[in-house]
Amino acid sequence: MADRKNLYAVLAEFDDSARLIEATRSVRESGFTRIDAFTPFPVPGLAEALNFSDRAVPLATLAGGIMGAALGFALQVFTVLDFPLWIGGRPLIAVPAFMLVTFETLVLGAVLSCIGTMLVRNRLPRLNHPMFDADDFGFASRDRFFLAIFPDEAFDRNAVGKALAALHPKAIIDVPGKPKL
Amino acid sequence: MTREAQVTREVVRIPERFPAAREWRWMFAFALALLALFFVSVGVLFVRGPGIWGNNIPVDWGFPISNYVWWLGIGHAGTLISAMLLLLGQEWRNALNRFAEAMTLFAVVCAGLYPILHLGRPWRFYWMAPYPNTMDVWPQFKSPLTWDFFAVLTYLIVSVLFWYIGIIPDLASARDRAKKRRWQVFFGLFALGWRGSARHWARWQTSYRLTAAIAVPLVVSVHSEISMLFAAGPIPGWNSTVFPPYFVLGAAFSGFAVVSMLTVWLRAMLGLKDLVQVRHLELLGLLLLVTGLMTAYGYVAEVFNAAYAGKRELTTLQDRLFGAYAWSFWGAILFNFAPLQLMWWKRWRRHPLVLFGVGLSVTIGMWLERYMLLVTSLYRDWLGSSFGYFHATFWDWSLFAGTIGVFLTLFLLFVRFLPVISAFEVTKSIDEEAHG
Repeated sequence: MADRKNLYAVLAEFDDSARLIEATRSVRESGFTRIDAFTPFPVPGLAEALNFSDRAVPLATLAGGIMGAALGFALQVFTVLDFPLWIGGRPLIAVPAFMLVTFETLVLGAVLSCIGTMLVRNRLPRLNHPMFDADDFGFASRDRFFLAIFPDEAFDRNAVGKALAALHPKAIIDVPGKPKL
Repeated sequence: MTREAQVTREVVRIPERFPAAREWRWMFAFALALLALFFVSVGVLFVRGPGIWGNNIPVDWGFPISNYVWWLGIGHAGTLISAMLLLLGQEWRNALNRFAEAMTLFAVVCAGLYPILHLGRPWRFYWMAPYPNTMDVWPQFKSPLTWDFFAVLTYLIVSVLFWYIGIIPDLASARDRAKKRRWQVFFGLFALGWRGSARHWARWQTSYRLTAAIAVPLVVSVHSEISMLFAAGPIPGWNSTVFPPYFVLGAAFSGFAVVSMLTVWLRAMLGLKDLVQVRHLELLGLLLLVTGLMTAYGYVAEVFNAAYAGKRELTTLQDRLFGAYAWSFWGAILFNFAPLQLMWWKRWRRHPLVLFGVGLSVTIGMWLERYMLLVTSLYRDWLGSSFGYFHATFWDWSLFAGTIGVFLTLFLLFVRFLPVISAFEVTKSIDEEAHG
C-alpha cells in the first residue's frame, strides 16, 4: 500500500462501460466528490454520473463566432473607407458582397475559440501526467474503464479501498505521485 | 481479447508493423517521382512565367483554375462524410472518416497551390491578405477572388483542426500500444498528453460536434464561393444562379468517387476487411449514385437555363454540345453517368473492383466537366475578334501530374505513419451495440 504522502489517486478498473457508470454513480452517492473516470471513448451518460457539466466550450464558440464575424465585417468596412474602391456601381459599403468573407471569419473565429477552449480547459497539451504511472493505465485507451478517487483532506485509504472493493472491479490500483490537495 | 481490443490493436499497430511495406515502397517511389515532376514544373514556371502554359486571351484561366476547382471539390467529400454523417448519427462513417478527412486536407493543399501558381508572380501571393503595407492599398473585398482567398484559407485551417482533434485519442492509443521508444515519443508528442478523462471527453465531444456542425455549412459556402468566381461575371454559360448548388453537388460527387477508390485500395492493401466491410462499399456506392443523379439534374438545369435565356447563352450551349470542345462535354456525360448506372444494382455496389472503376470514371468525368465549363465559355467570347482556342501544353500536364504527386506523397505518408481508421469511434459503436 502506498504512502499517504505519495498517493495521487486510487483507481478501480472495470471491463464494461455500463458497470463504470454504475460504479461512478454509487461512489459519488456515498460522498466522494474528487472523482474522475478514464475511458477509451466518450461514454454516454458518464459526465452526468460524475455530475460534470461545463458550458465553456459552446459559449466560447458562440463568442468566437460573433467576434470573428464582427472583426471580418469591420475589416472590410475599414479598408474600403481607407482606400475607396468604386467597383461595379455598388455602394462603397456593399453589405451583400461583404457577407461571404464575414461568414468565413465567423467560422474561423468560432472554430478556433471552440477548439482552443477545449484544449485550455482540459489543461492540454502536456507532456506527462501522474496518471500515466499507474499500472495498466495504458488499457484506458483500449478496452478498460477506470474510476479514480483523488485524496482530499479527510482521506482514508482503507475506507476508499472498501468502497471500491464493494463495486467488484477487476483491480484496484494505487497511483503514486504527489497528491493534489 | 475483446473485440474492442482487437479493433484498437488492428488499427494503431499498423504504423509500427506495416503490413504492406513492399507495396508501400513502390507506391511511394512512384509518388516521389511525380512530386519531383511537380518541383520541376514549378521551377520552370518561376523562371519562365505562365507563358509556358496554354493559357491565352481569351482562355486566361485554363488548367490552373479548372484543376483548382477539381481538387477542391474532391476535398469536400471528406468533410461531408465526416461531419454531416456524424451529425446524422450514421455510425458506419466511423470506418471511413479518418482517411476521408486526410484526403480532404491533401486535396485542399493541391487546390490551394493552383491559384497561387496562376498569379504570375506567385511569390507575391501574400498581397491577397489584408495587411498594412507601404503601398497603402487593401484587397478588393467585392471581388470573388478575395472571397476565394478567405474561403480556402478558412477551409484549410478548419479541416486541419477537425481532423487533428479527431485523431488525438487514437494517437494516445497508439502511444500506449507502441513498443519501440521512437514510436512512443512520436505518438506521445502528437497525442498532447491525452489520457481519456471523462471530463476531457465531455468537452472534446462538444467541440468535435460543434466543429462538425460548423464544417457542413462551411463546405457549402466554400464551393458556392468557387462557383461565384464563374457566376459573378457576365460570361455566357457561367452567369447562372444554379451554379452554387450545382458546384457543391458536383464537388460531393467527385469527392465520393475518390473516397470510394481510396477505400477499396486501403482495404485491400492494409487488410482491413473486417473494419471496412462490404456494407461500407455498398453505402459509398449509394452515396455516389445519389450525388451523381443530383449532379445530372444540375446538367439538365443548366441546359434549361441556357434554352430559357436564349441568345448568347444558347450559342454557348451549342458550342458545348457541338463545338470544338464537344468531346469534353460528351466525355463528362459518359464518364460521369454511364458506369454510374451500375450502382443501381446491389451486386455491383458490393463489388470492390466495380466500385473502384466507377469511382475512377467519375473522377475523370468530373475533371472533364470542369475543363468543359471553363474552356467552352471562354474560347468564343462576345466579340468574334477575340475568339481563340486553348491547347494544354506539356507543362500544363506535368504540373497537373505533379499535384497528383503532392497528393499521393502526403496521403502515403499519412497511411504509413498515422492510424488510418478512427479506432476509438469504432469501439464506441461496438460498445453501444453491446449495451443496446
